[in-house]
Amino acid sequence: MDNLDQLVSDARAAFAEAADGTALEQAKARFLGKNGLITGQLKALAALAPERKRERGAEVNTAKAAIEAALAARRESLREAELAVQLKADALDVTLPGRGTVSGGLHPVSRTLERIERLFQSIGFVAVDGPEIETDWHNFTALNMPENHPARSMHDTFFLEGQQNALLRTHTSPVQIRAMLAHVERYRGSDSLPDLRIIAPGRVYRVDSDATHSPMFHQVEGLWVGEGVSFADLKGVVADFLRRFFETEDLQVRFRPSFFPFTEPSAEIDVAFVGGGLDGRWLEVAGCGMVHPNVLRFGGIDSERYTGFAFGFGPDRLTMLRYGVDDLRLFFEGDLRFLSQFR
Amino acid sequence: MQFSENWLRTFVNPPLNTESLGHLMTMSGLEVEEARPVAPPFSGVVVGHIIEAEKHPNADKLKLCKVDAGTGELLQIVCGAPNAAIGMKVPCAKVGAALPGGFAIKAAKLRGVESFGMLCSARELGLSDDHGGLLVLGKDAPVGMDVREWLNLDDISFTIKLTPNRADCLSLTGIAREVATLTGVPLTPAPLSLVPPTSDARRAIVLDAPHACPRYCGRIISGVNAKAPTPGWMKDRLERSGLRSISALVDITNYVMLELGQPLHAFDNAHLSGAIHVRFPRPDEELRLLNEQTVKPAADTLLIADDACALALAGIMGGAESGITLETTELFLESAFFAPDAITGRARAYGFTSDASHRYERGVDFQLQRPAIERATQLILDICGGTPGPVEEARADEHLPRREEIALRPERVCKVLGIQLDSLAMKELLMRESLQVRDLMAELRVLPPAFRFDLETEEDLIEEIARLYGYDNIPSLAPQGKLNMLASTESVRTDWDIRHQMAERGFQEVVNFSFVDAAWERDFCANTSPIKLANPIAAQMEAMRSSLIPGLVANLLTNRKRQQNRVRVFELGRCFLRQEQNGANEEVPGFYQPRRLAALAAGTALPEQWGETARAVDFFDLKGDIEALFAPRTLTFAPVSNPSLHPGRAATVFLDGKDIGLIGEIHPVWVQRYELGTAPVVFEIDLNAALSALRPASGEISRMPTAQRDLALVVPVSVPAVQVLNALHEAAPAIVREIVLFDVYQGKGIEPGCKSLAFRISMQDTHRTLEDAEVDGAISGLLTHVERTVGGRLRV
Repeated sequence: MDNLDQLVSDARAAFAEAADGTALEQAKARFLGKNGLITGQLKALAALAPERKRERGAEVNTAKAAIEAALAARRESLREAELAVQLKADALDVTLPGRGTVSGGLHPVSRTLERIERLFQSIGFVAVDGPEIETDWHNFTALNMPENHPARSMHDTFFLEGQQNALLRTHTSPVQIRAMLAHVERYRGSDSLPDLRIIAPGRVYRVDSDATHSPMFHQVEGLWVGEGVSFADLKGVVADFLRRFFETEDLQVRFRPSFFPFTEPSAEIDVAFVGGGLDGRWLEVAGCGMVHPNVLRFGGIDSERYTGFAFGFGPDRLTMLRYGVDDLRLFFEGDLRFLSQFR
Repeated sequence: MQFSENWLRTFVNPPLNTESLGHLMTMSGLEVEEARPVAPPFSGVVVGHIIEAEKHPNADKLKLCKVDAGTGELLQIVCGAPNAAIGMKVPCAKVGAALPGGFAIKAAKLRGVESFGMLCSARELGLSDDHGGLLVLGKDAPVGMDVREWLNLDDISFTIKLTPNRADCLSLTGIAREVATLTGVPLTPAPLSLVPPTSDARRAIVLDAPHACPRYCGRIISGVNAKAPTPGWMKDRLERSGLRSISALVDITNYVMLELGQPLHAFDNAHLSGAIHVRFPRPDEELRLLNEQTVKPAADTLLIADDACALALAGIMGGAESGITLETTELFLESAFFAPDAITGRARAYGFTSDASHRYERGVDFQLQRPAIERATQLILDICGGTPGPVEEARADEHLPRREEIALRPERVCKVLGIQLDSLAMKELLMRESLQVRDLMAELRVLPPAFRFDLETEEDLIEEIARLYGYDNIPSLAPQGKLNMLASTESVRTDWDIRHQMAERGFQEVVNFSFVDAAWERDFCANTSPIKLANPIAAQMEAMRSSLIPGLVANLLTNRKRQQNRVRVFELGRCFLRQEQNGANEEVPGFYQPRRLAALAAGTALPEQWGETARAVDFFDLKGDIEALFAPRTLTFAPVSNPSLHPGRAATVFLDGKDIGLIGEIHPVWVQRYELGTAPVVFEIDLNAALSALRPASGEISRMPTAQRDLALVVPVSVPAVQVLNALHEAAPAIVREIVLFDVYQGKGIEPGCKSLAFRISMQDTHRTLEDAEVDGAISGLLTHVERTVGGRLRV
């Protein structure tokens, strides 16, 4: 009896002493191996009387089971220790930067134009595009600026060498004409024209260059023609847009009488912020007005039945106000240190 | 339009301060650009009378003056001005005075002599840059009077940004009329009286082109003193309205133009012969103008001439020969109406503009010629003396502008403006503006006055009503319309999709000028005849770009100069090419203006980091970017020769067999010449191709196992990989799902002049597991085909 208990406790001690898998296997062999102590005890059973044999057999098997359990437990704890070592060795410096590339970004004015398009799309405006080398007719004549109209001289136009009728568009307004003509063509033969709602962002050109003027800059043209479109609608749409764009209900918006040959009545739109560096200062952000009947006619639209409004925003200016850019020229210099701020 | 506030207030003086007056004008459409005080703030400066002026005992350049400044005693003041002299009246800053900039005057000792104040130059008072000596005040200046009061310095010079339709406000009278309308304060018009002739000197006037000049008034005034000084009040008003004082006669004509809006011209009558003709030029006529420019008037430029020769460009500028001088004693005064169409654009064609042409182009009140000539005559007599002859007036009434009644439908006003206003209220608004209004059935009939050239149509009147009603009072409405959904096509992506995708792949968007240096076009685009601007802003911005690439290369240079060596930029924009034959959907005849997308990558492939070995970006990096942009559609590439690109590292890009652009490394020659550092890689493609997309369609997914085999083929180096790949695809049986090139090797183990291309071939059937024999058969079939078609063989 005693020697079996002793055997079990010896085995436990031997297993506990084994520092690694190899030592444990050696210890195992000493007790459970072919010539091990437990095996010896089992072999010794053969010499016993049958009754004694059964009794003693049960005792030996109990001891064997206890030793096997001890072995399994020790194996498990050794495995855990080994894994712990492995995991420790695997540890990373998780503060190292992640691998891979970094994103670029959109140009700040693009960012503005995308927001403008989205806002207007939400009330059913479709974005359209037009050519930048434009005909004199689209850029001026069809916009109610016949040849020799004094307003033409205010446009500081870039002309093309050897060209009488082509120029760099001075504004995005010629897109109005193209859009109206296309709209009328699309619905030719129907009793009534559906509303035409477009937004036309793009590059425009004027012979002007200083800190606040660039010979190339952006405009966004907007046009809504339909039955019963009024100046009050224009005010509503534009004021709504400006508050959404600047994300503030506090923005003051005012409409000031002005003159554009292609709209009448015409207005300049000023905004004033509440608070901040520009607090209370009126800043001009757009021109707008009711589409002049002559322009509707040039666009092929019945000016008695349909009315419309148009507006032109300076997205460069809006971008400057929105992000605190103080020099227009930065937009066109391609300096990555500046541009990458708008990611 | 620039003018003095005090002058304006002589015509209309509403109870508004400067700021409120400015706001009122701005909100009625006369936008105030600037309201500049005539003088900076200063105080304690009075009219001083120099009673004694002696040399300073201790300084050669200083004078010791005794000045009567109305204080009851003579002030001893040391003065350094060269012109200080006994009897002179000058501005005297007394002890305690504050000069502009906060400079305080105290009693002081100058070179040992006490000084109780300071005598001032114009510059010291901030009135002008004149620092040549003391500002000399008139002999009649009352001693002791505040200089601000004497010189009327508490005045504002307003500058108004006048829109071209409001020609009626190009005069003080016009602006005053507007202010009177807006405020209801009565208008005091300029004094107008008939000056009876006191001689019968007269000159005949012939209107040879009555449609261009339907009214011409002229008058001879003899015995004038052209050297008489311009009175101070007139000088001040002119200068504060932006006109320099020249001589009394010129000043008077300018003054009347500013006051009433009627341009006048004075000829030296001694230089005229015979009748005055208003006519178009004869062939080869020449004229030397007042600005010393000699012009050959174009056929459509109206002239003033006498029997002998051309005298002036009508309504634009006088001639040098016939102009008045300080020696003139007899003048011929012109006050005419020229039709806007006869003047518009002419001055600009000669490269200048003038106050007169500016007004005539926009429209001058055609009833103003006689009152204006009378007003000018009166001022000339008052200032220069003289004997006036009778006013000669030539008129062609049938060619004078006609003011016709305009029909105005009240319901149209409400419809356009989105307001509720009855016709009575509209009538009241319009009548405030000297418009005649009568009712006719349900409509109004409106007759505009002669000074309004901008009121011709119903829309013009609607705008007037809106302006007078107040834009602020028109409601701001959320618009109502039919809610139709906008199209959202899957087969077309938007510009924004492309921009975001480029940004996600590490590119920064730039916006470059569309006009570039012609040398770039030559070097990078082999374009020696670009579309050029007639009036570029600078020579290096004269050519319209035919490619976006040069601009991106310039961006690289800019950033390299700023130590940014890893540059990944893209631009989305138009290019400009000539088109000899008109294309089908071309918007502007003769020009092809495609929208394109271009990108440039230079420097290391990845941003500086610890995790990957650094290497320079190369062709295949950018090729990967462009392929990703089009995935899942596949692009094909073929070598191309392009002068801006490395001849062995450039390809045309094809989508569905169509050439959509190119990709390549910048040619080493340009890399060296433009000092680009390592060779940048670029691509440029047609944007519309990138916008097109495929609508995904689902197919059957096989549950059967996949069999894979690797096939390494040795081919001559000159054989493009795509050729081998195409051969494999040609021969592939239906069970081949995918062929991937996974290794390219050249070197040990491969004979010189050859390369090994290794492909992994995946095979699968949708309904059954493939037999080994079938798979092996497929592979050997592929091998045989490649051997036969491209000369490849199995690598052993």
